[in-house]
Amino acid sequence: MLQLLDKSPITRRQGPLSDPSGFKVVPQTGRVWGVTQAEEVQGEWVAQILRVARDADEAAFVELFAHFAPRVKGFLMKSGTDAAVAEECAQDVMATVWNKARQFDPERASVATWIFTIARNRRIDVLRKSRRPEPEDLPWGPEPEPDQADALALQQESKKLGAAIALLPENQRALIEQAYFGDLSHGEIARITGLPLGTIKSRIRLALEKLRQSMT
Amino acid sequence: MIRHHLNDALLMGYSAGQLPEAFNLIVATHISMCDECRARLESFDAVGGALLSGATIDAPEQVMKNDSLAQVLARIRQAPPEMPARSKPKRGVFPAPLRDYVGGDLDAVRWRAVGGGVRQAILPTARDASARLLFIPGGVAVPDHGHRGTELTLVLKGAFRDEVDRFGPGDIEIATEELEHTPIAEPGEDCICLVVTDAPLRFSGLVPRLLQPFLKI
Repeated sequence: MLQLLDKSPITRRQGPLSDPSGFKVVPQTGRVWGVTQAEEVQGEWVAQILRVARDADEAAFVELFAHFAPRVKGFLMKSGTDAAVAEECAQDVMATVWNKARQFDPERASVATWIFTIARNRRIDVLRKSRRPEPEDLPWGPEPEPDQADALALQQESKKLGAAIALLPENQRALIEQAYFGDLSHGEIARITGLPLGTIKSRIRLALEKLRQSMT
Repeated sequence: MIRHHLNDALLMGYSAGQLPEAFNLIVATHISMCDECRARLESFDAVGGALLSGATIDAPEQVMKNDSLAQVLARIRQAPPEMPARSKPKRGVFPAPLRDYVGGDLDAVRWRAVGGGVRQAILPTARDASARLLFIPGGVAVPDHGHRGTELTLVLKGAFRDEVDRFGPGDIEIATEELEHTPIAEPGEDCICLVVTDAPLRFSGLVPRLLQPFLKI
């Protein structure tokens, strides 16, 4: 299993959106990473998280771990956590990914987005030691089979958003990274404008409406 | 129908985890009432997700330790993924995040009179900003006040008007330093609001200023 571990320190993966084919390829062999093309088109990492959710699939979890654990650790370190604490927290975050996998809703979030929210909450626990009030829960993942077309549309919008962020002017992108990974005051955050969120917001809005209908 | 929403800076600040606890409370409470802002928030979360997944590993210490995967595998083998709890939210005046801070719904609030029939209850949050519930009897005005920082007012029940507009249930008013306003509860139903400030209020009149130490705001 260890050969699946991310080779990022050496290969410096360029981010998930640079490869238009959508395949994740291990550079040395050109082998596609354990997912079929159809699954990959569904959205990055969705197949793995669904395998964890449905089958408690450890191999799928190992793939998620290889990609996300070091990135979560890096995120925590950029936020001012020392390496030992960041390591421990990244492990906690990945264990939460396993425990809560059934709450993931591909119609509302990409896997990266979902893991980001878990990591962010862990960071608030550790750095600020304050409570994080969360919005009232909507019943997550109420449908055993999420609507394929809606999930696909949301996953594609997430990809496009990532690509759009990568194309922002350098100073604007640096400011956004600082807001999310560093410590930017509320006043400074107000200077960030023009993020292209219109389409993805409409998609999420639609998914929320469906959820509300299923609740009544 | 909610007409006054959170702004992008508050949503992004909440998504990035950069707001004081009291601000997090009012944002989470508004989002519980407003799917439009919930969708906007989740699109800001998507920005965080894109940054996380697209990040490069720059420093060797960011790599997970050798035994890290084995440790996590040992942990997750103790239990399969949990079944999501699908409890129906309790209906009441306060959404869930606010109920957590009050310790119950409206009937659990321990009000203190602050004059003119107005009552308030300070909620326990970290000290970098303060949160309180405000009870304004129908037709009554809250004294003129300006504020040094930002003041957010979320209507939970009833409605008030001020120099800016009318604010009904779910509406949030974002008042900056420049705004000096006199909120008046609409005649009839009492108005209950969640108010959050990141600096102490200053009242314009002399008597309210004397009251300020007692108001603890």
